[in-house]
Amino acid sequence: MAQASGVGQLIKKNEQQILEQWLALQQSAASFRADLMKDRELREQSREFLQHFTASLQEDSQNVDAPAWKPVKDLLASVSRSRATQGFKPSETAMFVFSLKQPLFDLLRKEIKDIEILGNETWVMSVLLDKLGLFTMETYQQNREIIIARQQEELLELSTPVVELWNNIVALPLIGTLDSARTQVVMESLLQKIVENEAMIAIIDITGVPTVDTLVAQHLLKTVAAARLMGADCIISGMRPQIAQTIVHLGVNLSDVITKATLADAFAVALQRTGATVIRNAVKA
Amino acid sequence: MERIPILKMGELLLVTIQVDMHDQLAITLQDDLTQQIVKHRAHGVLIDISSLEIVDSFIGRMIGNIAAMARMLDAETVLVGMKPAVAITLVELGMSLAGVRTALNVEKGMAMLQNSLKGKETFGRNTQG
Amino acid sequence: MAVILKDETAWIKSSSDIVKVRQLVRDWAIAMGFSLVEQTKIVTAASELARNALDYGGGGEVRLEMIQNELRRGLKVTFVDQGPGIPDLEQALKDGFSTGTGMGLGLSGAKRLVNEFEIDSTPGRGTKVSITRWRNT
Repeated sequence: MAQASGVGQLIKKNEQQILEQWLALQQSAASFRADLMKDRELREQSREFLQHFTASLQEDSQNVDAPAWKPVKDLLASVSRSRATQGFKPSETAMFVFSLKQPLFDLLRKEIKDIEILGNETWVMSVLLDKLGLFTMETYQQNREIIIARQQEELLELSTPVVELWNNIVALPLIGTLDSARTQVVMESLLQKIVENEAMIAIIDITGVPTVDTLVAQHLLKTVAAARLMGADCIISGMRPQIAQTIVHLGVNLSDVITKATLADAFAVALQRTGATVIRNAVKA
Repeated sequence: MERIPILKMGELLLVTIQVDMHDQLAITLQDDLTQQIVKHRAHGVLIDISSLEIVDSFIGRMIGNIAAMARMLDAETVLVGMKPAVAITLVELGMSLAGVRTALNVEKGMAMLQNSLKGKETFGRNTQG
Repeated sequence: MAVILKDETAWIKSSSDIVKVRQLVRDWAIAMGFSLVEQTKIVTAASELARNALDYGGGGEVRLEMIQNELRRGLKVTFVDQGPGIPDLEQALKDGFSTGTGMGLGLSGAKRLVNEFEIDSTPGRGTKVSITRWRNT
């Protein structure tokens, strides 16, 4: 059963005062980031929160999960989202809610004379604000996770650039450790670039890859096979003794694939196969 | 009856597969192609699958059959335009389509066929002379 | 235990039904937000199994289900036929395609295209094959 609190009325009567006190507290807090947020924005956010908070209090003061609190939660979710994008830490965002406690309790102490009621209302308000503060942190976490996932995707795309070396020849220099998931993404991207560049030869350079395990070796093989079905040949360059040994020991069969020790060797072969000739002119003194 | 059109381009025949093929259509295509190869004395067949989103083992086998039959009739087959997603799936499925040459698009496929036809001509002349 | 959110059944009686099954699975896969490569894989696997149901099973039915477990959503496609069944299941699962002229049932190939593969076949009673592809969240 919804239980309205008289506190709502109290806050409404003293709205301006509470707002100013709250703002002052937020701005003076050690955790406040004046560099990230302008005064006006902070004022607007705080004022809006107070309005919704008071309204919800007057409907139902006990249960933060009730529909009466949806407007407040929606506002907190949007504050959380915008602050996450602005670069605030989660605790800094939660302080937005927690710092309302001080001015609120000051008000209660001033207006409520009965010790028992004061104690009770203070407790109810404290629990309420704690829950709302924690809600802010949860939303913050979720938003950060979404941002990180998106950044990871962008990073993945950036880290697999396919370069057009010459007409009909593309190269994919792989850098860093390859795991199964990343290799799959990279290979799909290579095949797409082969189509876009109308490449006849794709050079996959693994000079920058420290180790190759079975899964990665198999992905490489599958990519070579897929490229062939599409009409392009692959050359794997950067083959080193350790990797050659690993591949042989793993029993992976690379006999159908051209492999070269260096990207330069691979490029020379690619030029030859695509019918290009390199003519060296005498260097003018 | 529904048929897949076969276009004559010089010594080459071009087949563009754009529809999701059912069995009867595939059989009709194989029949039509072999007849046309003989009728036009074609030496090359280009199969364009750049519109196909799905190639299963049935279509794969059909392509293999076409290449084998064409070879017996002295024509070379080049498969062009396979989409990356299709290529990845066929590899996973285990189809290698060995014996079928491939090229990225019709232009490159034609160049490939014309190159090998030139090779054949020269060879013929040498043995005669 | 997975929950079924949505399901649909269709008959496989002729070769034009195989085309219909492909389109149906493709529509579902697109609606569920699978990537292009994932779509291609599950539609191709479904095409293989639909063909088996028709050519070896004498026709049957296919059932599509959108399933949900604690972590993610998936597309499950089940093929049932009352055909002669597969006598040596182990062998059939080992056979793959070679140069495109192989006569294998392509079960091992279809298996590689999906995340989960279940097969139940009794000689004289029929075959039931289920494939599932989970959506990467």
